[in-house]
Formats: sequence, C-alpha cells, structure tokens
Amino acid sequence: MEPVFAVLVALFFGVGIYLILSRHVIRIVLGIAIFGNAVNLLIFTSGRITRAAVPIIPAHLDALPGPAANPLPQALILTAIVISFSFFAFVLVLAYRAYQEIGVDDTMDMRISEPTDDRLPPTGY
Amino acid sequence: MLLEPVAAADWLVIAPVAIALGLGAFLLMLRHHLRWQAAFAFAGLLLMLVADALLLHRTLGEGPVTMTMGRWLPPFGISFVADTLGATFALIATFVALVCVLFSVADIDATGRRYGFYPFLMLMLAGVNGAFLTGDVFNLYVWFEVFLIASFGLLILGSERAQIDGAAKYAILNLLGTAFFLIGTAYLYGSFGTLNMADIATKAPDLRGVAPLTTIASLYLLAFAMKAAAFPLNFWLPASYHTPRLVTAALFGGLLTKIGVYALLRSLGMMFPLERVTLSGVIEWMAIATMMLGALGALAQTDIRRMAGFLVISGVGVMLAGPAIGSADAMSGTILYAVHSMLAMAALYLLAGAIGEAGGSYMLTDLGGLYRASPLLAAMTFLLVLAVAGLPPASGLWPKVMLAKASIDSGAGLLAGAVLASGFLTTIALGRVFLLAFWRDAPDAAVATRPPPVAYLAPIVVLIVPILLLGVLPERFVRISDIAASGLIDSTAYVRSVFPEAAR
Repeated sequence: MEPVFAVLVALFFGVGIYLILSRHVIRIVLGIAIFGNAVNLLIFTSGRITRAAVPIIPAHLDALPGPAANPLPQALILTAIVISFSFFAFVLVLAYRAYQEIGVDDTMDMRISEPTDDRLPPTGY
Repeated sequence: MLLEPVAAADWLVIAPVAIALGLGAFLLMLRHHLRWQAAFAFAGLLLMLVADALLLHRTLGEGPVTMTMGRWLPPFGISFVADTLGATFALIATFVALVCVLFSVADIDATGRRYGFYPFLMLMLAGVNGAFLTGDVFNLYVWFEVFLIASFGLLILGSERAQIDGAAKYAILNLLGTAFFLIGTAYLYGSFGTLNMADIATKAPDLRGVAPLTTIASLYLLAFAMKAAAFPLNFWLPASYHTPRLVTAALFGGLLTKIGVYALLRSLGMMFPLERVTLSGVIEWMAIATMMLGALGALAQTDIRRMAGFLVISGVGVMLAGPAIGSADAMSGTILYAVHSMLAMAALYLLAGAIGEAGGSYMLTDLGGLYRASPLLAAMTFLLVLAVAGLPPASGLWPKVMLAKASIDSGAGLLAGAVLASGFLTTIALGRVFLLAFWRDAPDAAVATRPPPVAYLAPIVVLIVPILLLGVLPERFVRISDIAASGLIDSTAYVRSVFPEAAR
C-alpha cells in the first residue's frame, strides 16, 4: 500500500510545486493548498498503513494486543488540515484584496512595498 | 501509563503560554472597551515576565523543568520543557513585547485597537513563548502557526496598499516554510515513531545509518533558515517588515526571526549534532552570505525602516555562525547574540518610529537637523548605532567577540572575517544615518523638526538599559548563555528531566 501512496504524494508535490512556480498569485495560492495536502498524505504514509485493525485497547489490557492502525498520524493530519485550511482561507482573501488594491495578479508587478524607482541614499550633504 | 499529578510548582512551565492565550481571548471579549486593552495587555505581559523570570531562575538552579500534559507518560503525552536556552529566549521576548506595549500607546491609533492589535499581540506572544518552551516537535509546528497567523493579523492592521502587498509575500513564503518544517516532521515521525525532542535526541545515535537523518536535518535547515530569513531564503523580510506600524515591525524584527534561530539550535544542536557536522559547510556559507548581503542591502537603503530590515537579516547571518561551527563557545556566542539582537532590533525599529515622528519622514533624503531638535534622541541613536554595529560600550560587542574567537579557534578564519566585515559595513550604514538625519541641517527648511513626544522616547530608553548592561557588565549574561549552550550540546540533563524514571 505504501508505494502507491508514495507515488500519489510525489504527484501532489509535483502539481503543487508547478503551480507555486507560477507568477500569478491565484495559482500560487492553489499550489500551496495542493502542497499542503501532499504534506498531509506524507505524514499519513510515514505512519505506516495498516488496514482493518482498530486501535482500541480491550478493557483488561494496558497496551494493544497486536498490530493495529496508527491513530497518531491521523491526529497530526487533523491538526495540520485545520491550520492549513484557515491559512488557505486567509491567503485567498489576501490575494483577492491585493488584486482589488493593486489591480494586478502578476507577482512581477506587485512592487508597492518595494518600488522599482526607489532613490538611492544621498552621497553627500 | 499514567504519571503522578503534576506538582503545583511545575505548572509554571505552562504559565506564560496560558496567561497569553487566556488574555488574548479575554481582550477579544473586551474589543469595545478600547481604553482598557493596553492596560490589560501590559498587566498580562508583566505576569508572563515574572513567570519567565522564575522559570529561568529555576532552570539555572536545578536544570531543565518538565511538565507533561494530561498525566500521560512521555513520549505519549506532549511535554513542555523549560531549559536555560528556552527560558532565556522567552524572558527576553516577553520583555521586548512589554516595551512594545508601552510604545503602542502612542503608535497604535483607535482604528488599530478596534481591529484588535492587543488580542493579536497576546496570541502572538502565546505562540512565541510556546515555541521556546515546548519539548515536542509537532507542538513546535503548532506554535509556529499560532504566532504566524497572529502576525498576519498584525501585519495587515490598517489595510494599506503596501501592507497588503508585503503581507501577500510574507504569508505565502512563510506558509511554504512551515510546510517544509512539516515535511521534515513527517520523515522524522516515520523514522523515529516519536516526536518528543528528548526521545529523539536519545534514539538518534541508534538510527544513524538506518534512517535518513541527514535528509531530515537538511529539511529542518531549509525550513528554519526560511523562518530566520537567512540568504537565499530572506526575500520576504525586506518586502514586508517596513510596511506595518513601527511597533509591529519592532515586534517582528525583534522576536520572529529569532524563533527560527532557536529552532535551528534546538534541532541541529540537540537532536542532530552529527548531521550538523555534515551540513556545517553549507551553514557556514549561508552565514557569510547572509551577514554580508544584509549589511550591503542596508547600505543601499534610503528608507530607514527598510534599512532596519536588512540589518535584521545581517544579524541572522551572524547568529548562523554558531550552528556552522558547533562548539560550545560558538553556540554560546549565538545565544548571546540572539539576546542582543532581540533587544537591539526592536529598539532600532522603535527608534525609526521616533525619528519619523521627529523629522516627519523616514527617508534619508528628507531627514535632517534632528540633533538640534532633540539631543536626547541623538544620544539614543548614537548608542544604538554602537549596539547594532557591535562596538563598545553596547551589547553587540561581546557576542561578536565570542563568535569571532570561536571561528578562529576552529580554523574558520573566513567566518571570523565576515563577522568583522559585516560589522564594519553596518557601522558605515548607520553612521550615515547619523550624519544625514542628525548632523546636517534639514534639506527642506519648510519641514518643521520637533522633539518626539516622551511616549516615543521612554520605551526606547527602557530597551537601551539592558543593552548597555550587557555591554558593560557582560559576565552574568555570558555565564547564562554558556549554561544554555552546554545544555544544548550535552542533552543528558534535558533527557533526564523528561524521562526521570529512565535515569534511575
């Protein structure tokens, strides 16, 4: 099962990085969303995939009797999903506001905070 | 699987984070009572400062203090561990934030308060303190995200065009940085099956050769260098740090990049010391490039706020010298420099605010005549120029001496030369600010210069006191940073604090 997931993770990373390398903010934002999901899948896979064994400890035992699905990666991913979802929402609004204010979606033209026609400091009195 | 209930005194470890989170939520409820916000934030930060100071006192006396959540046995429960390194950084960060609240009374207007400056500030401090005090890698990631999202809120307070432009770059690149942190953590969990830092430090020697530890260490270097704004991952910082209010910039420049440095020290210094040796060549070149390009960037700026951003970057380069060399002396120098940098960079941004208030502009082309307008401001600027450039009698001198000496001792002469050369370039860049803004007459006589209000000057004075103290009486500070560095390199005490029964 893990090799299949490894290929899937690679595919997600590839698509995400391709979109992030774009000059357009909206593609970068979408790329980051896919990149984040690639990371989530990676955590899931690195926790090893065990199917059809529920990780519930019987009442009279202290530990799991045998191999079972690993619940920890799922808890980690859940945290990461909540965080990345809220960040995605924030960055989407930010990108939209930037488009409204600056009027461009091309990062090469987003030079408001670092203007290209900046003066050099005076060389003398 | 269960521990004894946590001893009452050990709740201190979580106190700074709990106070900050609770007060952040409380201030959110008080959002219509703008007058009370600053007072409550100040009181809360004062409490946090006391808690951090007590923590530091305890770690100096009895070594690292651990509290594991929910009475679960570590590594199953999430541990909070305060060692000297974490407690020192948390203390200084909280102190800087306290001073920034003083400054914010004058700098943040009613609109900024209504948009939630103080709740964001408290939540960011919760993230900062949490990052310094946690003993769990995934928990560290969560605290990174907590201070990151609060910093987004602070950065776009006011919604100006430049802010939105800067915030877009800051947000996207920092999100990528934390994503790389998470990739490293996924491989870490896949290899170790644990996320507890003490557990990882114990198990790493057995897993060398089996698990891809160098890959994990490289990913952490990438992620934390991005957070710390080290070259070539620094381009988000000069794009964004000059856009918000000066007090926000002071908080960012003072605190946030140092969390990256802290995480680098914790991961490469404590968890993966041998992998650090493998990567030391890369880190050395990053350090040299960062400090030189930061200083050169500062030389090319007309806007003093943007110049401060490049000086933050240059300082990060100096701090990378410690992980590049790795000896206890070098790590100690880096820790001391981080303490100096938190104080001095925050003071520098606040000073830029005071200069802007006094001269009516942030541009070196327009400033002038400030010496006559406010001799006190000139004296403070002069002291800060010395501090940032690393000249006596201010705080920058001793950590630079320690780092230069450690570099020469380990045969890295180039690194020592770069530390000194970047200090020289910084002296020129800041000396020129003094020359143009203070000594010459105002280029446009129509622009009235005036002494800045006391509300702008007093917080800077409060920051200059420890800066001078560190410069004039360094022994105590050096001793603490030596303890912090030795606790990092020899993690036995840290591990024993998390797993007390294993030592028996």
